[in-house]
Amino acid sequence: MKKTILSFAAAAAVMSFGTMAAEAATKACFIYVGPIGDFGWSYQHHQGLEHMKKELGDKVETAYLESVPEGADAERAIERFARSGCNIIFTTSFGYMDPTNKVAGKFPDVKFEHATGYKREHPNVATYNSKFHEGRYIQGVIAAKMSKAGVAGYIASFPIPEVVMGINAFVLGAQSVNPDFKVKVVWANTWFDPGKEADAAKALIDQGVDIITQHTDSTAPMQVATERGIKAFGQASDMIKFGPTTQLTSIVDDWGPYYVERVKAVVDGTWKQQDVWGGMKEGHVVMAPFANMPDDVKKLAEETAAKIKSGEFNPFTGPIAKQDGSEWLKAGEVAENGVLLGLNFYVKGVDDKLPQ
Amino acid sequence: MFEDILITIATAATPLLIAAVGEVVVERSGVLNLGVEGMMVMGAVTGFGVALTTGSPWLGVLAAIIVGALFSLLFGFLTLTLVTNQVATGLALTLLGLGLSGMLGESFVGLPGIKMDYIHIPFLSELPFVGKLLFGQDPLFYVSLLLTAGVAYFLFRTRAGLTLRSIGDNHTSAHALGIKVIAIRYLAVMFGGACAGLAGAYLSLVYTPQWIENMTAGRGWIALALVVFASWRPWRILAGAYLFGAVSIGQLHAQALGIGVPSQLLSSLPYLATVVVLVLISRNRRLTMVNTPASLGRPFVPDR
Repeated sequence: MKKTILSFAAAAAVMSFGTMAAEAATKACFIYVGPIGDFGWSYQHHQGLEHMKKELGDKVETAYLESVPEGADAERAIERFARSGCNIIFTTSFGYMDPTNKVAGKFPDVKFEHATGYKREHPNVATYNSKFHEGRYIQGVIAAKMSKAGVAGYIASFPIPEVVMGINAFVLGAQSVNPDFKVKVVWANTWFDPGKEADAAKALIDQGVDIITQHTDSTAPMQVATERGIKAFGQASDMIKFGPTTQLTSIVDDWGPYYVERVKAVVDGTWKQQDVWGGMKEGHVVMAPFANMPDDVKKLAEETAAKIKSGEFNPFTGPIAKQDGSEWLKAGEVAENGVLLGLNFYVKGVDDKLPQ
Repeated sequence: MFEDILITIATAATPLLIAAVGEVVVERSGVLNLGVEGMMVMGAVTGFGVALTTGSPWLGVLAAIIVGALFSLLFGFLTLTLVTNQVATGLALTLLGLGLSGMLGESFVGLPGIKMDYIHIPFLSELPFVGKLLFGQDPLFYVSLLLTAGVAYFLFRTRAGLTLRSIGDNHTSAHALGIKVIAIRYLAVMFGGACAGLAGAYLSLVYTPQWIENMTAGRGWIALALVVFASWRPWRILAGAYLFGAVSIGQLHAQALGIGVPSQLLSSLPYLATVVVLVLISRNRRLTMVNTPASLGRPFVPDR
């Protein structure tokens, strides 16, 4: 109930600001799942908005809603944006998928862009995502080189394809160095709760992992790793300030160029439905500087990154076995994007049962 | 390792305990302040900001306590003097706190904070197995235990505590006896605000020493629920907070061990376990009725 009221209040506040400005400009609206001050996922989307605003100047007017819960609240928030005169609405969390498509059906003249989803039920819905798993593969390579225990801890959020893909890529990267490498997974069942994320990191460390990686959005696990004297990977933004001697690297999401391109398309009237899945090659996924590691590890990480960036290597290239040992990809076979985007099983070596 | 786990549990329980023990005083005086989350998050941003600018976590804690109390004064003025609806005003206080803290804390985002040092007593803190647990935790952990004992003593062993409870049970009679109902309720509300502010500072200076918007992540609401399920008794609140902490941490360990129980079920366990256990302790209906402040949430306008 609290959150419902919160999102309404926020919506009302944004609406009243929005209507004061000039009507002529194209209005681009954003919905974030966390606060823009999370210094992770939502923060990076907001950085993208700021970048787009700077690039397009007067041609565009923006509005955003933060901390909008996934589910029914999201639908109300999106619908209110659509009614308030937004020309393009970016919904930036997986759980906004169905609400986005539902509202899009009611507002055919408004363009909708849904991040990390796969449903485009109406011609005015586009989807976009980044190949974060490319970065996770590199992290896995580094983890296996750096870990003495041979076990890494993975703080996961929700069992959606995006997250499962990341865990698998991490394991594959690690196993390319050490075939016996293990990953312990803890599901926090939240995208953002610094306290809980810190507790998860502590639990994993107490069970003997000596590398922490996370698919939740706060900087708390990085701080715990620093305090306990082990290494960790950042998430979504460069978190080096929270672990100057801890962060090995971080996957940085750079949404700015995409937002500029898509909003400009609306301004020019050339917007079309599409499904974009950009990775390191397109510059959507950037690795923070490799730090706190010996030169040979750094060199290997850089080589791996270069191979992925050039398109020479895809992390999901066979032979890959599923968790139960059965064959998934034959030698040399590359996973299809469609399969990856709906991924709901682990590869061999993950020490966890996937919640269904 | 076992000791580390126990310390993790204590760290998870302490902010809930501090906030809930503050709220129990408020509710025992007959006022329902649903703004705990808002006061807590204000305490978190204040504690972080002051500690960062002055370099002293203790000044941060002090500032968080003051801001928590001042912020609750706003609630007190609205509900006690202007007699607005307590539920609505409490919710508004939470919304205001979450929004205002986000605005005040904008420049602190992405800055590593200052962590309050753990206590270290030569020899005692180095004892095997129990040294760190008993003598080597953060200072606020000890404050939270003293606070619980103090509030329990105050409520049930002092005249002032009796007066406070009598207001909570029947403000009209208390008023007829010449007790200054509104003045005492103001003090109770401010005590609750101060505790919530302290709990917030615990988050941003001990638990996760950084400022992130919404970093309380619903802990204020859990504290509120603890107060009710513990039937307004401080020691039961302590039991509830530690049980909640223990199951929260325990389920994370169960997951890391890779036992085949769905993580969604494990994640809901702390809530289930705490509610079930506290309801069982409080199953004596007559005692629960006695413990429930009868005037809770009801407006009071003294006749002049």
